[in-house]
Amino acid sequence: MIGWALRRMTQSLLVIVLMTLVVFIGLNAIGNPMDILVGEDLNQAERLQAIAHLGLDKPLWEQYLIFLKGVAHANLGQSFVYHEDAMRLILQRLPATFELAFCALFLAVVIGVPLGMFAGAYPDHPLSRLMMAASIVGFSLPAFWVALMMIMLFSIKLGWLPASGRGETREWLGVQWSWLTLDGLQHLLLPALNLALFKISLVLRLTRAGVREVLPQEFVKFARAKGLSPMRVMCMHVMRNTMIPLVTVLAMELGSTIAYAVVTESIFSWPGAGKLILDSINTLDRPVVVAYLMVVVVIFVVLNLIVDGLYYLLDPRVRIEASR
Amino acid sequence: MNAVQKVLTTRVCLQAQSPWRRVAVEFMNSPTAVVGLLVLLAIVLVAVLAPWIVVQNPYDLMQLNVLDARLAPGSANMDSGYTYWLGTDGQGRDLVSAILYGLRISLWVGIGSALIAALIGTLLGLVSAYAGGWVDALLMRLVDLLLSFPVILMALMILAWLGKGVGNVMLTLVLLEWAYYARTARGQALTESRREYVDAARGQGIGPWRIVVGHILPNCLPPLIVIGALQIARAITLEATLSFLGLGVPVTEPSLGLLIANGFQYMLSNEYWISLFPGLALLITIVAINLVGDRLRDVLNPRLQR
Repeated sequence: MIGWALRRMTQSLLVIVLMTLVVFIGLNAIGNPMDILVGEDLNQAERLQAIAHLGLDKPLWEQYLIFLKGVAHANLGQSFVYHEDAMRLILQRLPATFELAFCALFLAVVIGVPLGMFAGAYPDHPLSRLMMAASIVGFSLPAFWVALMMIMLFSIKLGWLPASGRGETREWLGVQWSWLTLDGLQHLLLPALNLALFKISLVLRLTRAGVREVLPQEFVKFARAKGLSPMRVMCMHVMRNTMIPLVTVLAMELGSTIAYAVVTESIFSWPGAGKLILDSINTLDRPVVVAYLMVVVVIFVVLNLIVDGLYYLLDPRVRIEASR
Repeated sequence: MNAVQKVLTTRVCLQAQSPWRRVAVEFMNSPTAVVGLLVLLAIVLVAVLAPWIVVQNPYDLMQLNVLDARLAPGSANMDSGYTYWLGTDGQGRDLVSAILYGLRISLWVGIGSALIAALIGTLLGLVSAYAGGWVDALLMRLVDLLLSFPVILMALMILAWLGKGVGNVMLTLVLLEWAYYARTARGQALTESRREYVDAARGQGIGPWRIVVGHILPNCLPPLIVIGALQIARAITLEATLSFLGLGVPVTEPSLGLLIANGFQYMLSNEYWISLFPGLALLITIVAINLVGDRLRDVLNPRLQR
């Protein structure tokens, strides 16, 4: 176990270092950073002074080491626009993004699992066929366009739900949250549902496939033979055995949900890290872009580690392979 | 064996000899897929012929009249009297013309990037399978790395460095897509290279590259075609999303995504059509491609055939 964990952690660290290299090369190879960082109306002496101040006179490998040191200390410089520490800016906005992403996954599970279990238990029912067809549309729909249509229908035509911002927030554990107030929940519903649409289709299909795989197995027949009610068999025996692959897929999907939140946040003016990064790309605020990329890479690598760990704990086959 | 039976067997044999014909016949067995294919062909046709169909060139600012901006569907043009069937956008563009031109960009970017990525990816996949050793390990770790991060994130990252433009969007899509083809081509090539016909070709003294290109590659094509079809749909969606976010095509040449984005601000004042109709065009295109791709997957899947 320890050997396996150590090996996986070394791999993860390698990926992070590799990504710092990619980001660093991207920062330096394309365009002269001087043109972006320093105004053009400087004379030669001032230019050289600025170059020395920014450390751009050093050889490239030394600049990279300095950049790495910054990454390790979570210090990636000041935002050009907000004049604040770039890393702190990202970390301030991250809770809002996490709130949105977790709500989306929650909706996906709450809606997708029951529907998927129904579709798996009665594959020939007309409702099941309808759900499968709807899930294909769910995969095809461009999420950003659906978001606009949701705003048009629910916010403008019907006036049921607000279309922008986080609404009223309440502090918990030192961070402001929307889901603790009724107004905040109303603001949360549309963006979370939009972000969840694709995941609902995914969860529905995964659950359906899982149920169809588990239903013909011996232990289900045995549970039925014991005289348990069909409801109890479904909820206790079938569901548990379909949950294992679902949990690991959902853990992986959390990462992509955070990434796709960029689109949802920008449409619903949700003040999370995704909206910040988009604004920063448009204003060429490079320290913030770099800080965001590094934070997301770390989140991803950690998520991958957790998923692999889950597999290791849940699936004996992985353990056997790893111990070889 | 009587004559009729003999003719029938010969016909069956002839059909079996041409795999592409069998694929075409089986494809036609699904009415949904045929509808999807017909819709797709119609979309491609109007997109290609757009300059001869439309009433105005939406990218030529001289032809736009700001006084005609944000007209509802069915309104008449002030000067020359033609009807804006789907209304106009914020700059006074006729939406029918803008959508057809937008489709041109979307299809060009989607199909173009998918083809280039397929070419590069397949080549690298074959090289990886053929070379083995450290080349294989290096290429496949690179593929793993690329595929483990969500596309939208990688696209944001690349476009943040490259900047806007049709060419840059295509480059980004190629950089993201080749990995899918490379992985599939490598896997398929590794399985195929163990088949008897490869041994037979080797036995005839045919050179390694001719075996790879002439014998293994044609047998790797079916899964690559399926991936290609689905990747085109993904590429079109991604381009639309990036353009919607303001990172894709320039404002002067709006693709469907940018048209939708431009309509967003007017939607709040109930002028729904600027976002609605380009979005519908996008949706129909993607669904049509997905229907064709799904059917291709069923027809070309070797596990279902044998």
